[in-house]
Amino acid sequence: MTNHVVSGAAGNGQVGRRAALANFIDRSGLVILAILILVVLPAFLSMFRLGLAAKYLSFAFPAVGIVLIWGYGGILSLGQAAFFGLGSYMMAMFLKLEGAANPNSSSGTELATFFGTKGLPDFMAWNSVESLPWWWEPFHYAWFTIPAILIIPPLVAFAIGYVNFKKRVSGVYFAIVTLAISAIMMIVIIGNQGLTGGVNGINDFKTFMGMDLDSDRAKMVMYFITAILLLLAVMMGTFILRSRAGRVLVAIRDLEDRSRFSGYDPAMFKAFIFAVAALFSSIGGAMFSIQWGLASPALVGIVPSIEMVIYAAVGGRLSLIGAVYGAFLVGYAKTVFSENFVEYWIYFIGGLFIVIVMFLPKGLAGLVENLRGDGGRQ
Amino acid sequence: MPSGKILSVTNLTVSFDGFKALDSLDFFVQENELRVVIGPNGAGKTTLLDLICGKTKPTSGSIEFKGQELTGMIDYQITRAGIGRKFQTPSIYQDLTVYDNLEISFPEKRSVYGSLFFKSTPEISDKINVVAQQIFLADQLLTKAGMLSHGQKQWLEIGLCLMQDPELLLLDEPVAGMSAREREQTADLLMDVSKGRSLVLIEHDMAFVEKIAHTVTVLHQGKLLAEGSMQAVQDDERVIDVYLGG
Repeated sequence: MTNHVVSGAAGNGQVGRRAALANFIDRSGLVILAILILVVLPAFLSMFRLGLAAKYLSFAFPAVGIVLIWGYGGILSLGQAAFFGLGSYMMAMFLKLEGAANPNSSSGTELATFFGTKGLPDFMAWNSVESLPWWWEPFHYAWFTIPAILIIPPLVAFAIGYVNFKKRVSGVYFAIVTLAISAIMMIVIIGNQGLTGGVNGINDFKTFMGMDLDSDRAKMVMYFITAILLLLAVMMGTFILRSRAGRVLVAIRDLEDRSRFSGYDPAMFKAFIFAVAALFSSIGGAMFSIQWGLASPALVGIVPSIEMVIYAAVGGRLSLIGAVYGAFLVGYAKTVFSENFVEYWIYFIGGLFIVIVMFLPKGLAGLVENLRGDGGRQ
Repeated sequence: MPSGKILSVTNLTVSFDGFKALDSLDFFVQENELRVVIGPNGAGKTTLLDLICGKTKPTSGSIEFKGQELTGMIDYQITRAGIGRKFQTPSIYQDLTVYDNLEISFPEKRSVYGSLFFKSTPEISDKINVVAQQIFLADQLLTKAGMLSHGQKQWLEIGLCLMQDPELLLLDEPVAGMSAREREQTADLLMDVSKGRSLVLIEHDMAFVEKIAHTVTVLHQGKLLAEGSMQAVQDDERVIDVYLGG
């Protein structure tokens, strides 16, 4: 770890002002980001705009994970939205069940009592599902839901990753495997309307552990929890990259075959980093559901998975902090564009990706590097 | 000097789509021996090293290293058992510095958990400095490995192996593409390295072989053609026919 600091600082003979600025951004990146999302945004944005910012921050979680797996692990995953969806749906199930006990929610009215669907999510009642499926039951409890959000997606990712990486499935082939995961998840959700809410998703939440989600106070609290969790994710990613494991990942990305003969099991390292990225995605999904009041199959499939990769590409696929800005900027652009030119949004994002790949292969983080003028250091 | 077998390859066969790259080969290496394997292209030299280090799986036969059967083991387990491998084209980690290349080769904490909480110690950095000195890269520690010259990359890969402190080191054409001066330095390096461990080396440069080999093994079409001292092998009619040429 210390050696990295040395190698970073060494070799800058004359430090110009631009280089000094670049170094400042490098060194203080996390602090600048923390000030922006913890102080500046809450201070200047209206409640409505802050809600949008919360949404973009939720999407920054998978983007940070993609920097780890794609930028450093060399694994392109088009399945991150599936893990985002797992977190999002698990949280939505909890919120929906809590809502069903609330007389003001559409699931909890006196009518529901009359029809004998009390305690059942509204969409189940509409679909003539008469009793809660067994796998919904544990999501009555926060003590189950929250650990499940943190544990199940990484476990699933680890298992899928390890089996594939052990069989040396990599590159485009692994990207296709992850693409299939996204597609399957979306198809399963849409195909089981009565159990999952189908194409409408799960929505209309009222409270989270008794807190009224519509209140400004709840929105503020959730925003800050999201922002702090995101900073923790960036710090955890930084810790991993600065450890020997981070160097091993780069070594595996460079020359996987050689790493075996340095005594490493690359499948284990790749599955690990894939699991970490799934963890981040899942947390982002859960925070999205709470704040945006929705878990939707539209955020689970292939297109959102690709969008998440674009967030990371725009931010710079080697920069954890860049990924947050990438998610923010693309998310904001998407809001502006889809408000004004709905049908052109998809062309815009495709064009953006091409421009980034051609002219800014290192994304926004590459701009900071250009300031320094050496271009070679990562 | 030799004091017992460190490696016993017996009756080893590997066929690729019916083509036998190695055919019932027996091959033994003693402790502290520096063995050179020569032979024409396609003789099975590289395949032999690939089989020993686990890169390729044999069709039949046995490979024993210090009494341990290797044929069922996975590549990284074989590495951890104490076998180092240098490949023919320099295989180093381009995006890491020379220092980091050497450091991640240090044979400790190679699990995910171990490597996350790995802390470098003075002993490790001392060792890195010693190895860097040995491989003539002491002043390149902070250079990105991808920026090194071809010869330096060859040395660095030898260095990666040395960090692992293997009891058996397999080297595939370590002086390929080197200048005359670099070859000389490498010969000295390898003789130095061979103290206290066994080396198996593939080489085409006969002057180089003559300088360093204890015993020479000649392979031809996947079979053992001759084995003995450099002199004995050079005088062998069959070897002259198929390899050294008349």
